Amino acid sequence: MGESAEATTQYNLRVVRQFTIMTVVWGVVGMLVGVIIAAQLAWPQLNFDLPWISYGRLRPLHTNAVIFAFGGCALMGTSFYVVQRTCQARLFSDALASFVFWGWQLIIVSAAITLPLGFTTSKEYAELEWPIDIAIAVVWITYAVVYFGTIARRRTPHIYVANWFYGAFIIAVALLHVVNNLEVPAGPLKSYSIYAGAIDAMVQWWYGHNAVGFFLTAGFLGMMYYFVPKQSGRPVYSYRLSIVHFWALIAVYMWAGPHHLHYTALPDWAQTLGAVFSVILFAPSWGGMINGMMTLSGAWQKLRSDPVLRFMVVALSFYGMSTFEGPMMAIKTVNALSHYTDWTIGHVHSGALGWVAMMTIGALYSLIPRLYGLRQMHSPRLVMLHFWFASLGVVFYVASMWIAGVMQGLMWRAVNEDGTLTYTFVQSLEATWPYYVGRLIGGLLFFTGMLTMAYNVYRTIRGSRTTSAQAAGTA
Amino acid sequence: MSDFWSGYVAVIVLINIVANAWLLAAMRKGQSDSLSEGEELGHDFDGITELNNPLPRWWLWVFAASIAASVVYLALYPGFGNFRGLLGWSSVNQWEAEVRKAEAIYGPIFAAYAEKPIPALLGDKRAVAMGGRLFANNCSPCHGSDARGGPGFPNLTDNDWLYGGTPEIIETTIINGRAGTMPPMGPTVGGEEGIAQAANYVLSLSGRPHDASLAAKGEDLFKKICFACHGLDGKGNPAIGSANLTDNTWLHGGTLEIISETIRHGRSSRMPPHKDLVSPEKVHLLALYVYSLSRVE
Repeated sequence: MGESAEATTQYNLRVVRQFTIMTVVWGVVGMLVGVIIAAQLAWPQLNFDLPWISYGRLRPLHTNAVIFAFGGCALMGTSFYVVQRTCQARLFSDALASFVFWGWQLIIVSAAITLPLGFTTSKEYAELEWPIDIAIAVVWITYAVVYFGTIARRRTPHIYVANWFYGAFIIAVALLHVVNNLEVPAGPLKSYSIYAGAIDAMVQWWYGHNAVGFFLTAGFLGMMYYFVPKQSGRPVYSYRLSIVHFWALIAVYMWAGPHHLHYTALPDWAQTLGAVFSVILFAPSWGGMINGMMTLSGAWQKLRSDPVLRFMVVALSFYGMSTFEGPMMAIKTVNALSHYTDWTIGHVHSGALGWVAMMTIGALYSLIPRLYGLRQMHSPRLVMLHFWFASLGVVFYVASMWIAGVMQGLMWRAVNEDGTLTYTFVQSLEATWPYYVGRLIGGLLFFTGMLTMAYNVYRTIRGSRTTSAQAAGTA
Repeated sequence: MSDFWSGYVAVIVLINIVANAWLLAAMRKGQSDSLSEGEELGHDFDGITELNNPLPRWWLWVFAASIAASVVYLALYPGFGNFRGLLGWSSVNQWEAEVRKAEAIYGPIFAAYAEKPIPALLGDKRAVAMGGRLFANNCSPCHGSDARGGPGFPNLTDNDWLYGGTPEIIETTIINGRAGTMPPMGPTVGGEEGIAQAANYVLSLSGRPHDASLAAKGEDLFKKICFACHGLDGKGNPAIGSANLTDNTWLHGGTLEIISETIRHGRSSRMPPHKDLVSPEKVHLLALYVYSLSRVE
C-alpha cells in the first residue's frame, strides 16, 4: 500500500485540498487588487471617480484578501495537514472541518462585497463590520475545536513544535479578534468601537501588531517547522532553540504594539515598553530563522536542483531581515524618521511577500503533489520560473519603498536656515512618484509568478485525475 | 495611572523580563545529562526528527544583551509603571526643549523684521522668501503652492479681496481667521424660478452671457433681497466679506449652475485662525508674502 493510499484512508485530506486550492485562488485575487492599488497611487486617474473601486476601499480589500484569505487559507489548510501527520490522527471532526472551510470562504466573500460598498469599522486589518466579526469568531472557535481536538487524539507521545506555533496562532488570534472588535451595533452594517481615544488606538495596535506576530509569524513558523525539515529531509537543528524562541516569541510579541504609536497621545510609559520589548523580540525572532536555516544546512546542495527549497531559504532570509528591521524601526529615534513614510510599507511587504508568501508558496509546492498522490508538480521548470518572478518582485518592491521611505523621512524633516521646512508635502510626493512605479513593477512581477503557480497547480491537479482514471481503467 | 495599575504594569513587566532571562539560562545546558549534544532526541513526527544542539552562542549573548539593555532602559526612561526614570525624560519636556532651542536659534531671525512695516519690506528679498517658505508650510494645502487657490479657496495673487488687501487686514485675516457665510436663499427668492432669475442677473453684472428677460426679473429680486449684503451695485462689502459680483472673479465658480447652487444652498467658508499655530513675527512675514503676491508686475 502506497503512502497516498494510506493517507486517504487515515487522514482527512479533502479539507486540506480545498484550502490549498483556495489559497492559490485568493493569492491571485488579493495580489491583483494589490497591483491595482499600487497603480492607483502612481496614476490616481485609475480611480475613475468610482467610489467602489477607489483606493480607500480597495486598500482594505487588498489587505484582508492577502492576509486573511490567502494567508488564512494557507494556515488552515497546512495546519490541518500537519496536525494530522504529526499526531498520526485523523481530524477531530470532518463535519466541523468542512464547516470551517465553507464558513471561512463565506466570510471572505462577504468581505469582498462589503468593503467595496464602503462598509467599514475603519480599524486597520479589522475593517469588517460586526455581523462578519461574529461569523469570524464562530468559525475561528470551530477551527480551534477541530485543531486541538485532533491534538488530543494524537498517537504520538509529544506534541511536535510546528503544532506549538499553530496552536499559539489559533489561541492568540481568537483573543485578539474578540477584544479588538468589541463594538456597539448601530444598524445592520454599522457599529461603534467600545473603546475611545488613545485606548482605542492602543487596543487597535495591540491587535494590529499581534496580527503580524501571531497570524503572519507564529502560524507561518508552524508551517516552516514542518515543511522545511520535510522537504530537505533533515532533522530539526535544535530542539532546545525551538523551546526558547517559541516561549520568548509568544510572550514578548504581546508587548510590541505601542511601537505603532510612538510620539502620539499614548502615555510615555506605554511607548517605552513597546520599544523595549520590540528590541528584546529580535533574538527570539531570529531563533526561528536560525533553526530553519541550520536545518537546511546539511542539504545546501539540494538548492541547486530543488526550487521548492529555494523558496524556503529566501523566505527564511526575508524573515530574518524583517525581524531585524522591525525592532530597529521600533526604536524611537529611528521611528521618528520612518513613521508615516513608505519605509513602513516596504517593511511590511518584506515580511508579507518575502516571508509569508514565499513560505506559503514553498509549502504548497511541497504539499500539492503529496495531496494528489504525485511525485512532483506538473512542471518543476515553472516552479523555478515562479521563484525568479517572486524573488525579483520582492526585491523591486522592497527596495523601491525603502528608498522612497527614507527619502520622505529626510525631506519632511529638512529645514531652511530660518527653521522653516524646506519641502512641502506635495514636493515629497512628487519625488516619490518614480518609486511608486518601481513598486508597481515589483508587484506585477510577484503577481505574474502567482499566475504561473495557478496554471501549474491547475495542470497538476488535472493531471492527477487523468492518471487515477487511467489506473482505474487498467485495473 | 492609579497605584494599583502602576503596580500591575510593573509586576507583569518584571515577570516577562525575568522569565525570559530564566528561560534562556535554563535552556543553556541540555535538559538531560544522558543525551550528548548534537544527538537525536528520539522524537519522530511523520519522519521528522529533532537534534539536541545547543543554543548558538552568539545568539544567546545577543538575547542576554537585549534583556540587560531593557533593564537599563527601564531604569533611565518611564515604563516601569509610574516610575519616571532616572533621566526625568518625558515626551512633553523633550518637545518643550526642542521648541526652546528652535526659538533661541530662529527667533531673532524673525524678530528682526517684526517692527518694520510691510510695505517697507517689499524690496527685501530675504524677508519675502522667508514669508514664502512659511506660506508653503502653512497655507499651501488650501491656497495651493502657487497661491492661486481653487474652488472655495481664494486666489491670493489677483489683487481681488473679499475682506480687503491692506497689510493690516491681511494680518488680521491670518491671526483670527474668517467665517464667510452666505445663507441659503432658495426659499427666500421664491424657489427655482427665483433662483434662475437671480442667477441670470448676477451673470449680467459681470457681463457674462445670460438670459436678459430672466435677468430683468432677477434685478427686482436682487434689489429687494440680495442688496442687503452685496450692495445695490452688487460690488459687495469688505466689512462683512460679501463678494463683489461685478468683477468676474469667482470664489466658487461663475457658471449658471454654480451660481444657482450658491443661491439655492448658500455657502459656508472657513479660514481657520492661526494665532495659536504661527507666532506674530511669522504672521508678519506671511502677510508680507501674501501682500507681495498681488504686487508683482
